[in-house]
Amino acid sequence: MNGKSHIIKLLDNGKRLDGRSALDIRQPLIVEYGVSKTAEGSAKVTCGETEVIVGVKMEMGTPYPDSPDKGTIMVGAELLPLSSPDYEPGPPSIKAVELARVVDRGLRESKAIDFKKLCIEKGEKVWIVIIDIVTINDAGGLFDISALAALAALKDAKFPDMVDGKLDYRNPGKKPVELSKEPIAVTVYKLGKYFIVDPLTEEDKAMDARLTITTTADGTICALQKGGDHPLTEEEVSKMIDIASEKSKEYRKAL
Amino acid sequence: MKRHDGRQPEDLRKMEAKVGVIKNADGSAYFKIGNTWAYAAVYGPRNLYPKFLQDPGRGILRCSYNMMPFSGAGDRVRPGQSRRSKEISFVTVKSLLPVLDLEEYPNSVVDVFIELPQTEAGSRCAGICAASMALADAGLVMKDLVSAVSVGLNGDQMLVDLDYAEEAYEDGPVADIPVAMINRTNEITLLQMDGEVSKDMLLKGISMAKDACIKIYEVQKKALKAKYGSE
Repeated sequence: MNGKSHIIKLLDNGKRLDGRSALDIRQPLIVEYGVSKTAEGSAKVTCGETEVIVGVKMEMGTPYPDSPDKGTIMVGAELLPLSSPDYEPGPPSIKAVELARVVDRGLRESKAIDFKKLCIEKGEKVWIVIIDIVTINDAGGLFDISALAALAALKDAKFPDMVDGKLDYRNPGKKPVELSKEPIAVTVYKLGKYFIVDPLTEEDKAMDARLTITTTADGTICALQKGGDHPLTEEEVSKMIDIASEKSKEYRKAL
Repeated sequence: MKRHDGRQPEDLRKMEAKVGVIKNADGSAYFKIGNTWAYAAVYGPRNLYPKFLQDPGRGILRCSYNMMPFSGAGDRVRPGQSRRSKEISFVTVKSLLPVLDLEEYPNSVVDVFIELPQTEAGSRCAGICAASMALADAGLVMKDLVSAVSVGLNGDQMLVDLDYAEEAYEDGPVADIPVAMINRTNEITLLQMDGEVSKDMLLKGISMAKDACIKIYEVQKKALKAKYGSE
């Protein structure tokens, strides 16, 4: 019996490999703030056996010519070989690139950060907020856990103060990053006729399709990403959105 | 004379160590000293590819030292290997190899990944301390643990485990000397130095590093015993 048919057989009985129900998020789900003092903001999220750290660095740069009064954000993700036997050193894999882009899109499109407030001097100087995701132990569910950790790290972040014309990175600043919204990503996985959330690595590998749905507290959808080799019907997409907006409350509560 | 943070010259910063912190790994640990924090994960012995790298006589040890992008005090550290991280990875292998017996694992590799979420001086030594514990946690045959610390000259004083402020001292000669030791034999497996120092002061520094390594060794052993019991 291959892994997938075993997983589906369990789901026929409403169970999963670790005993959870289809729509259960792993416990414990813990958000720790300020785990890295060298970062301007940081957070570690533990969900079951998956652990992710996100650190935020703030740099000053020049604005893009087409938006002289706006700063920007950058999101990077590193699937560290420390975190799984499946990962190897080297340039970012497509998996890492997709992860970073999905988290980026949720933050950017929800307009959680007003880029105009990242402007220091129009056309000259703006803040660049760099959000780096690193995996400590990857036991599945990286999209939702990384997005949650990125949001938590931003909530923890403070702009460094200017001392004698230089940024003082050694002492924590006082001014926080204003977040007008808090986008939460929930990825719903389709396996056979079943939907599950927060997959284990084995479930992730066995999925037919997935849909990452990022929503703000009022239910507005601000980003989507479909993955997997199988297509989805309209009804399935609708059902997946309902699941995501329901489960997002649990992630929101952990913040 | 007391140091700026109240330590005596021979005092280490506050340490914390834990074993078995990364479930996916065959062995893992973290080691914190002051504001420096190193994770280490061991994968292996496992098959080594490409095959031409294999040694039919023994297993190979590979180490990778990496600072997380947000782990430096200044700007973001760009992901990917730098010349500095390559060199540190290389000397880390040399510092750990003497305690390992890899003849049992021909054609295999033992991979050690060192990752730093936060650094403030002494990061290569913290990495070696964590890696040595992770290797033990992976159940590899080892002659002993390796402990490592940086000692340094600060003007006319030799100090153990410099912090950032002491490393940045500008009013006199400075030297930064990372040392790794096999505790049981007092053999040195890592020795680097940059700065300027006399032979007498260097030997004094090494002697202070030896005493400091004994304290680190106790922290490492305690962390291993916390997971595996005291027997």
